Amino acid sequence: MKISYFPGCTLNTKGKGFDRSVREAMAALGVELVELPDWNCCGASFPLLVDNVLDLVGPARVLINTAARDNKLTTACTTCYNVLKRTNRVLREDENIRERLNYFVEADYQGQVEVSDILQLIRDEVGFEKVKEAVKKPLNGLRVASYYGCMVLRPPREVAYDDPENPHALDDLMAALGAEPVRWGAKAECCGNYLVARKPEVAMEMSYRVLSSASRAGAEVIVANCPLCQFNLDRWQRDLTLTHGGFEPIPVLYFTQLLAIALGLDPGGYELEKHYVDPRPLLESKGLI
Amino acid sequence: MPVKRALIIGAGIAGMQAALDIANAGYEVVLVERLPSIGGRMHQLSETFPTLDCAQCILTPRMVEVGHHENIRLYTYSEVESVEGEVGDFRVRIRRHPAYVNWDICTGCGICQEKCPKRVLSTDFERGMGKRKAIYTLSPQAVPNKPVIDAENCIYFQRGKCRVCERFCPTGAIDFEQKESFFEERVGAIIVATGYDLLPLEELGEYGAGQIPDVIDGLAFERLLSASGPTAGKIRRPSDGKEPKTVVFVQCAGSRDPEHHMPYCSKICCMYTAKHAMLYKHRVHDGQAIVFYIDIRSAGKGYEEFVQRAITEDRVLYIRGKVARIYQEDGKVIVRGVDTLSGKQVEVAADMVVLAVAMVPRITTRALAEKLGIEVDEHGFLVEADGNLNPVETNRPGIFLAGAGAGPKDIPETVSQASGAAGKVLSLFSQWE
Repeated sequence: MKISYFPGCTLNTKGKGFDRSVREAMAALGVELVELPDWNCCGASFPLLVDNVLDLVGPARVLINTAARDNKLTTACTTCYNVLKRTNRVLREDENIRERLNYFVEADYQGQVEVSDILQLIRDEVGFEKVKEAVKKPLNGLRVASYYGCMVLRPPREVAYDDPENPHALDDLMAALGAEPVRWGAKAECCGNYLVARKPEVAMEMSYRVLSSASRAGAEVIVANCPLCQFNLDRWQRDLTLTHGGFEPIPVLYFTQLLAIALGLDPGGYELEKHYVDPRPLLESKGLI
Repeated sequence: MPVKRALIIGAGIAGMQAALDIANAGYEVVLVERLPSIGGRMHQLSETFPTLDCAQCILTPRMVEVGHHENIRLYTYSEVESVEGEVGDFRVRIRRHPAYVNWDICTGCGICQEKCPKRVLSTDFERGMGKRKAIYTLSPQAVPNKPVIDAENCIYFQRGKCRVCERFCPTGAIDFEQKESFFEERVGAIIVATGYDLLPLEELGEYGAGQIPDVIDGLAFERLLSASGPTAGKIRRPSDGKEPKTVVFVQCAGSRDPEHHMPYCSKICCMYTAKHAMLYKHRVHDGQAIVFYIDIRSAGKGYEEFVQRAITEDRVLYIRGKVARIYQEDGKVIVRGVDTLSGKQVEVAADMVVLAVAMVPRITTRALAEKLGIEVDEHGFLVEADGNLNPVETNRPGIFLAGAGAGPKDIPETVSQASGAAGKVLSLFSQWE
């Protein structure tokens, strides 16, 4: 299977390890990701002003470019997914905005592209059963807290492909890889990322809530699907060891890094060494790297 | 010549009340109940608000009266298959499920249930709080007091060996060959009293999606409170059987939530939650009962006084606000919500949570309404001919409504509507002289 792939800015810079693990894991699962040529920034946030049509031009251009080649587009960055999916919905459902945008960018796009998140693609197009069969190095006994963040869940009617209040796609995937997903309370809580610049102390507290909840549930590692969540949860831990007595750091991985490792791929290019909380000792102790 | 007999579908408190009213006026009633015995939801309750009457104590005599009434023909474990005809002359086909017990010779001695080696979780009557056997009656007070075999769990039906019940039955009533049977009845009028269900906990992802054992619904808590229930009235939480010392009650769980669940108010939850919290405090004196509410709707005779009694005398802590999320951690159930009076977030580490889940119609109501040619609304509740002036009639002449199948109702309102429907049927009969 071949599908258009939108890496997005983060996976092209800070999240290169994420990007590489995505491409290699998907190839191992028989899905060829074809990078969208001449792609541009998704816009990075969905504009909430109803008359803010200009902010939709960026994501609309991505969708229009896709439509010239493919009727499906997938991305691993959950923020890109959120913005592209919601923009596409507006283009499908709002005739007025659709006409104005098409006039502005000189196109005739009707919203026909199907936008998917990479996890959704694995679940619906590959299937967890098939993933299970492809596992070469099962994650036996690794206790994983699956973290979903906001971008694939909220707003539910526009973006959610899982139960928005009790998501389980990532848990199901981890179970298919042979890990033991823990049950925990913060899997769909916000990591605080949006407040990092304006109120860092609040953002840190929100991350602490997620991290400590995972540890209390007995997790050895958190897997994230969102580059912003991953960075935020990973980055705060050094501060938290200084401010929150008894805080024990916990590695935060991208789920595709574990997926690729379980599929028997070489994690050399996944930038494990660049994580703030080094995941390598844990993975070594489990015999996974 | 119109037939002066009535069909009543559903033998909960609504159907029973209507049946007794019509039967006592001297007319025959055909009473059809889907479950093996009558009594409906009220039979599962511990005590009733606002009087704290023992529900079974006031209900059982009526069940017995219905069971023995010479004018009532009872079809339990049965469903209405089809309805033909018009007011004055409906022809009804009734399908009775095989009980695998010949009820004509069964004496209801109960030995079969005692000897049956297969215990299963009672998800229906005991709401998962207790067990029953594969051959069972809904409760010890069941009317009729005749058991049925649940073939899905029976060892003989599943593996072809066992037949212990047959061996011990003193009258030889066990009949593994029994098939479903059909009956035809002619009636002149019909009352639909199909009752309600609760929104499944699986629908409430924010409250644990039914995966946290110590998060239960209101009916399950009734079973824990009931003196004849699986814990003999002792409050024991499902996960480890310990007495919970902090219990959180969440009102409007799935009700008044147009974004995610049901937009309507389920009407009875404010009152039964006050009752639950009160009865919990009566049983666990050093326990803490906490109620989260949007507002308290206690319109009814003696209702507001009842809620005030829970707050002042029994010291139930009422917090005005919604619960956002419920999850399990360290053997506790963490409840996160907001106190809108202080404007602060609240987090409670509870031992058990009772959700006052939205009332919904029985899942079978829609299909039945289609057979009867009457309407249901967008949620599946039966529709009255006119909400103001014709609250017991349907749009089809000769078919009437009673009870919570037509929308959330408490017991007094249900009984009133049932007597109203019975009165409508009787006034029809009196015109057919």
